[in-house]
Amino acid sequence: MINYIKDIFLGIWRLMQGMYITMLNFIRPKVTEQYPENRGKVFPSERMRGELVMPHNEANQHKCTACGICELNCPNGTIRVIGKKETDEASGKERKVLDRYIYDIGSCTYCSICTISCPQNAIEWSNNFEHAMFTKAKLVRQLNKEGSSVAKKEKR
Amino acid sequence: MFHFKIVTDWIDEFLRTNLGEGWALLIEFILTGFAILALYAVLALILIWAERKVCAFFQCRLGPTRVGPWGLLQSVADMVKILLKEIIHLNHADLRLFRLASFLVIIASLCTFGAIPFDRGLHAVDFNMGVFYLLAISSLGVVGILLAGWSSNSKYTMIGAMRSGAQLISYELSCGLSLLTVVILSGTMQLSQIVEQQADGWFIFKGGVPAIIAFVIYLIAGHAETNRGPFDMPEAESELTAGYHTEYSGIQFGFFYLAEYMNMFIIAAIAATMFLGGWMPLHTPWEGVNTLMDYIPPVIWFFGKTFFCVFLALWVRWSFPRLRIDQLLKLEWKILMPISLLNILFMALWVLYL
Repeated sequence: MINYIKDIFLGIWRLMQGMYITMLNFIRPKVTEQYPENRGKVFPSERMRGELVMPHNEANQHKCTACGICELNCPNGTIRVIGKKETDEASGKERKVLDRYIYDIGSCTYCSICTISCPQNAIEWSNNFEHAMFTKAKLVRQLNKEGSSVAKKEKR
Repeated sequence: MFHFKIVTDWIDEFLRTNLGEGWALLIEFILTGFAILALYAVLALILIWAERKVCAFFQCRLGPTRVGPWGLLQSVADMVKILLKEIIHLNHADLRLFRLASFLVIIASLCTFGAIPFDRGLHAVDFNMGVFYLLAISSLGVVGILLAGWSSNSKYTMIGAMRSGAQLISYELSCGLSLLTVVILSGTMQLSQIVEQQADGWFIFKGGVPAIIAFVIYLIAGHAETNRGPFDMPEAESELTAGYHTEYSGIQFGFFYLAEYMNMFIIAAIAATMFLGGWMPLHTPWEGVNTLMDYIPPVIWFFGKTFFCVFLALWVRWSFPRLRIDQLLKLEWKILMPISLLNILFMALWVLYL
């Protein structure tokens, strides 16, 4: 009998504790982000993998040497590196340079193997996540800008 | 103090002087019916919106915000959607009972809704045994739920309906017993009389400890009767998809949905009427406070108290996990029922000696 009464009061106390916790959550500021309104104001995380980009410097130069390691490492053929032969004016030798770097967001799984494997750190992730397009063809992008060239390696 | 009695009496007199006795009565019946139906539908929409909003706030979300300001028109959009949906009948269902069931549920809750005193003069059904009427007619809904489960010809609905039957019938007991505690205190069963008696203090203050115990028990048992919150065994979506209304679609499902929300409102309204004084303003021994309170219209008092009780129900619903069926029946038969029986005795002694 004593246990019965004790159980009831203990039960009521426990229930009150639960209700206190939910009340705290009720008053707390809400975590919901209202997306189209707060566009550009709030950003998730800097490490978020939105899309692959190839950074260019002021002289329109990138670091990609068209070695094709990223293309080989990509598990689902998202990247295509198309190179071209070019003669170096100083030495007169022929070498391979990047012509077009094709990246298809439609088949990318954002696994980041390409950026890890790149020996030149020529590609990285940006935070842009608004990829929606009306046609599939628009999802295929060229990452190197028109008329860009390879940056000279800094000597250590 | 503004009462709706002025308005309704004026309409009554106007009709009686211009038309005959019979015609006036007929028109009054029709008007009352329309008013109750309209209020029923509008309140259900408000409640659905409130539920979604409060639920969202408890889960640290914002809830509907897109349709209308603060998502106010969300439930209207839901209603339009549900009205446009196709009603699908099952192949081997007992069609006549299948159709009847949703109407039985909504008729039961609509009849109970009519007996709620919103204000002096805004009270459709006022018997001298109103409390009995409430208990009797609100438990008619069980028949509809059982029929819905049986006629759907599906295992989920059958199990849901059986659970619902067991739950509603057992919780009806402590619900009725805690209302009887108030009847002992007030000495009448007429709802309008009960509200009038609380003019010098609500029953929860006048009744002391037994009234508070009865109020808590009524809230728990009433909450269980609406098949919601921790007591949603009949619907248990993780086990039974949707319980007794699994096979319903379109407006037939809408009826069950409407009835569920309005039952929540009705339970809250009865709790407000019996324990918190219904539309009666808060009256204290100090005259100045009383006159100040009287400036607030009784309808606002009524809806304020009712929505306070609704909020309590939502709070409980979004706080606690679902009970198992044996825990559910144990809570009723081993805890709530003995306590409310003792509480009746306690209240009788309280009334006799205090």
